[in-house]
This record gives sequence, structure tokens and C-alpha cells, in this order.
Amino acid sequence: MSMVRQKRTIPGTSIFDGALARKGYALNKMCFSFNSADNRDAFSRDEDAYCDAYGLSDAQRAAIRGRDVLGLLAAGGNVYYLAKFAGILGLDVQDLGAAQTGMSKEAFKAMLMAAGD
Amino acid sequence: MAKILGGITTSHVPAIGRAIAGNLQNDPYWKPFFDGFPPVHDWLQKVRPDVAVVIYNDHGLNFFLDKMPTFAVGAAASYQNADEGWGIPTLPPYTGAPELSWHIINELVEREFDLTTCQEMLVDHAFSLPLKLLWPDDEYCPVHTVPVCINTVQYPLPSARRCYKMGKALGEAIASWDDDLRVVIIGSGGLSHQLDGERAGFMNKNFDLAFMESLIADPKWVTQYSNEDIVEKAGTQGVELLMWLATRAALPGPVRKVHANYHIPISNTAAGLMVMEVAG
Repeated sequence: MSMVRQKRTIPGTSIFDGALARKGYALNKMCFSFNSADNRDAFSRDEDAYCDAYGLSDAQRAAIRGRDVLGLLAAGGNVYYLAKFAGILGLDVQDLGAAQTGMSKEAFKAMLMAAGD
Repeated sequence: MAKILGGITTSHVPAIGRAIAGNLQNDPYWKPFFDGFPPVHDWLQKVRPDVAVVIYNDHGLNFFLDKMPTFAVGAAASYQNADEGWGIPTLPPYTGAPELSWHIINELVEREFDLTTCQEMLVDHAFSLPLKLLWPDDEYCPVHTVPVCINTVQYPLPSARRCYKMGKALGEAIASWDDDLRVVIIGSGGLSHQLDGERAGFMNKNFDLAFMESLIADPKWVTQYSNEDIVEKAGTQGVELLMWLATRAALPGPVRKVHANYHIPISNTAAGLMVMEVAG
């Protein structure tokens, strides 16, 4: 019996399941800590030390350093927690959308508008 | 006995909190969204609820992946809003209804829904913003509240079928409470949107409108779908429509649509709003 359930593929979409929740635990735990303004300040003062304290993997650390949204997702980041990291950077969800789709922010916002037609 | 008056379902995004804090209700971007609410205010004036049972999903304020309940019910005397990471001004605390909460907990567990019970619970924008949208002029939310949280963060999520059953049991539990309270159910989430992945920005107006209509005439319609089907059709966070479904299921018998609004986009989200009144 296989331990892995057959996963279906939805283009451009991942399902945050147990495998990703395990892989991303340290990264998500760090991002969860950003609910606190003091923790956000501590991260901003010394990013590397803050990542050390949460035990991020090399891939997670590289994605944090590179502000690489798709890399953060691939490293097990969950968008609800990553949104708190984006907040530190002053990025909104249109910035995140643009970064993930490779569009300019203006083009991404135009796409959102067009969905209402 | 407690009486369920109806249900109000709405979308939530943190940016609504920023818009309220900045008084942007008449800004051209926000006006089509905020203009949906006056008819809801009129209905609330008419039905005068004492209690709001709020079905919502936490976004990593109260719950982390260390312990992730499928269904959680608040049982506190009050609930605090808090900074979710963006420094948006927080809203004042909410008054609980702990006796009703414990009645709901007892009844739901009796009916085989194995809940997590929370005597302390931070409530995030998904809980606080609908209440602010419904009672914008009150500094403190004027009704007592019971938070009911459904996991949409970490799979497996409860299926639509399961959320429908939970909502139905929740409604029956409320209706069996031996106190003449007037209760409104609020469902906060959806509609179609996707924040993450290369498909970010995805929305599906046709699916959303079909789902909204289904709640009136054929409320089990969406239970034919798995959560992965719903993600495919409505986006990764579109699965929050489970809050609407559980709300509808908590309403006894047929409902009348009092009001609906639908607008794309607010932030990255298709914003839906609906008021359903219990018929008869």
C-alpha cells in the first residue's frame, strides 16, 4: 500500500497538504511570528540571525533573501503566513500576484479588473 | 427557544480594514463594494438580532500548523482582534455568548462533530471585518458573538459535504437553546480568488454566481464537489466558500433572498454578499 495519495494536478496551483506542511514548518513558523511588530523589527534588524533562530533550510533562506515568492511556496511556505512576510516588505497581494505570474503590477491589476467582465 | 432569523454571507480581505481605517468607502475603487451594505443594515434594523454566530476561517492569527483544528468553536466571554502582521488598526473586543457557545459545543459533539473548544481565541479580519461592515457606526459590535472556525489552511480540509452537515447540526443546536435569543448566522469567506502560485489572480464569475444562486434553491449543489474540484473552479482561497455553505445549512428550511451584491475585484478577490432570510 502506498503512503502517498494520488494528487491531481491543477495548473499553477499547489495544495498545501501534509507533505508541504512538514517541509515548510520552520519557514511558516517564522512568518507566523511576524504577527508581532517587535518580531518584524527584529527580523528587519538582522535577517540572517532571525532565520537562524527559526532553523530555516538553505532553500528557504535563499528564497527569503531573494524575495522569491514562488521559491518560498516551493520550499513549503503557505500563503497565509507568507503574507505576513510580504507585509514587512511593504508588498500587497497585487505585488505578490505580479511576482508569481511574471506580469507587471499594472498588467496584473488589469487582469483582475477584466475578470469582472 | 432561540430563533434563527437568517444568514449573511460576505467576502473578507485585509484591505477592507485598511479602506475602513482610511475612510475610503466612497473611493471609486471601493464604492461598488461598500454600496452593497446599506440594504443589509436595513434588514438588521428590521430583524434586530441579539447574537451573531460567525463562521469564518483563521489566516494564521490564532492557529498555527503546530495544532490545526478542523472545526473550532469559541467559548470565551470576549474575543480580541490583533495585528496580523500588517499594522492595520485593530478593532475593539467582541462580547462572547459563552453559555450559548457551550450549548453549541455540547450539541455538536453529541452529534459526532469532534470540535476544538477555545476559551481564548484571537479573531482575525475574517471575523472582525464582516461585523464592522454590518454595524459600521457602532464603536463596539452591538451583538454577542460565537466564533466558529473552519480550517482552510492545511489539507485535508473538511469536505463541502461535511461542512454542510456541520452547519445543519449547528443550526439545530442553536434552535434548541432554551432562551429567546434572536440569532443571525454570518458566513465570511470567498468567493473565487487565488493568491498563490502561477495561477495567482484567478477568479471565476460564472461559478460564483451559480454558487450564490444554488444556496437559495438547491443548497446542496456544491457538495457534489471535492475541495480539489472547488480549488480548480474557484481558486486556492475560493475554497473559503465553505463558510457560505455551512451558513446556509444552519438556516432551517427554505430561505428567501433579501439582497445580493457581487463585485470584481476587491484586492485579488471576487466579493460576494448575500442576505438570506428564513422563510416562515
